[in-house]
Amino acid sequence: MGGYGDIKMIDENGLRMDGRSATDVRPITIETGVVPVADGSCRMTWGTNDVIVAVYGPMEAHPRKIQRQDRAVLDVRYNMAPFSTTDRIRPGFNRRSREISKVTADALASVVLLEMYPRSKIRVEIEVICAEAGTRCVGLTAASVALADAGIPMTDMVVSVASGKINDVVVCDLNKEEDNYGEADLPMGVLPNTGEIVFLQMDGDLSPEQFQTAWDYNVNAAMEVHKIMIEALKNGGAK
Amino acid sequence: MSGKNNAGGPQDSQIVVPGENLGLSEEFEAGHGVIIRNDNLMATKNGKLKINGKIISIEPLHSQYVPRPSDLVIGFVEGCTNNIWFIDIGAPFNAILPMSLGPSKASFGSTRQVLDIGEAILCRIQEVEETHSSVVTMKGMGLRKIRSGSIDDIDPHLIVELSRDGNNSLRNMKEANDCRIITADNGRIWIDGEIDGIISVRNDLNEISINSRLLKEGGVA
Repeated sequence: MGGYGDIKMIDENGLRMDGRSATDVRPITIETGVVPVADGSCRMTWGTNDVIVAVYGPMEAHPRKIQRQDRAVLDVRYNMAPFSTTDRIRPGFNRRSREISKVTADALASVVLLEMYPRSKIRVEIEVICAEAGTRCVGLTAASVALADAGIPMTDMVVSVASGKINDVVVCDLNKEEDNYGEADLPMGVLPNTGEIVFLQMDGDLSPEQFQTAWDYNVNAAMEVHKIMIEALKNGGAK
Repeated sequence: MSGKNNAGGPQDSQIVVPGENLGLSEEFEAGHGVIIRNDNLMATKNGKLKINGKIISIEPLHSQYVPRPSDLVIGFVEGCTNNIWFIDIGAPFNAILPMSLGPSKASFGSTRQVLDIGEAILCRIQEVEETHSSVVTMKGMGLRKIRSGSIDDIDPHLIVELSRDGNNSLRNMKEANDCRIITADNGRIWIDGEIDGIISVRNDLNEISINSRLLKEGGVA
């Protein structure tokens, strides 16, 4: 026997292994201005995930070939520290970090007013200190807060949340076990003020009904996370 | 939270975040950090709301210097060619200082003998191009190479705060520490005097920077 679906991760009462219900999000804390030398920064803990984001710029884009005459370019670098997981990660860029850097940059480009800084570059450094599950969501959300902290003009802040399927039940904000042994994962980036989706990926299979449920869970959770982000930006930190 | 703030319309000194709805555009005109989307005013920056008559703008909690013609700035020489110096003025792009606008006569190829890399200068923005590149000049009263003292940095928008009430806080700082203090529009401050005075002024400026970051809803923490 063995294989996916055999591990019981949700009980008859709908409670998950960590005591959360299907719609509960792990505890979140956000702190701004944690990197004094950066123009804007943020430290976000989401469950056991711990991510630091530093924003530098706008600055002159180098090499010159990356310059755009009508707008700035977003240079996003997502990196997991070698000690961030139980298995040591080889330092440096890999295929996964390249992919996450790209999708994060694309999601952020839809809200940052890049046309205000032609020929410039805005550097966003996402460093994962401790990884549990959903680090791309935490990185994207924290990057939005750090950009706002840096005074970069934006039309909204991207909030990213992932829902997934465990034991054929759709649940919000997967933890490590649910992510590893679950059947599907749907990370989304939501603009809370308009409800627009700027980032969506899916891993695994979801029926149309399950997809709709996961979508609703993500949008509702994003609204809750957005309140914490606002509180952090207004007061310098929030839980 | 944004709903709560907008319940009674935008209020002066309220802290706003990007994307926050500031009400209908019929009531106010959009100033710095505010845009109009679907007939609504929307904040694009994290900062303090300022309502000046019909103009609603945002004073950001953190900002980067954007050069404007006639700004007094303190720059550092970052590089040079035979007839041009490249000056770091704290903006996204370095400014250029042509030899013709330099501090003294220099022959072609002797730029480093007049201003060497790493040296600090007090200069003025002469021109800003559409592409945000700027030209600075050292021709003018008081514009010179900085040879003594210390240069400190604060956020550019805090320079306005320092100059408020007829430079009162700046004057008090000068008198208390017996120092010469020159504030530049790019957020750099030249402090010249005895070492104890310089340290004291730097501590005061650091405190101002920290306090500005500790802004809470409705005022200073």
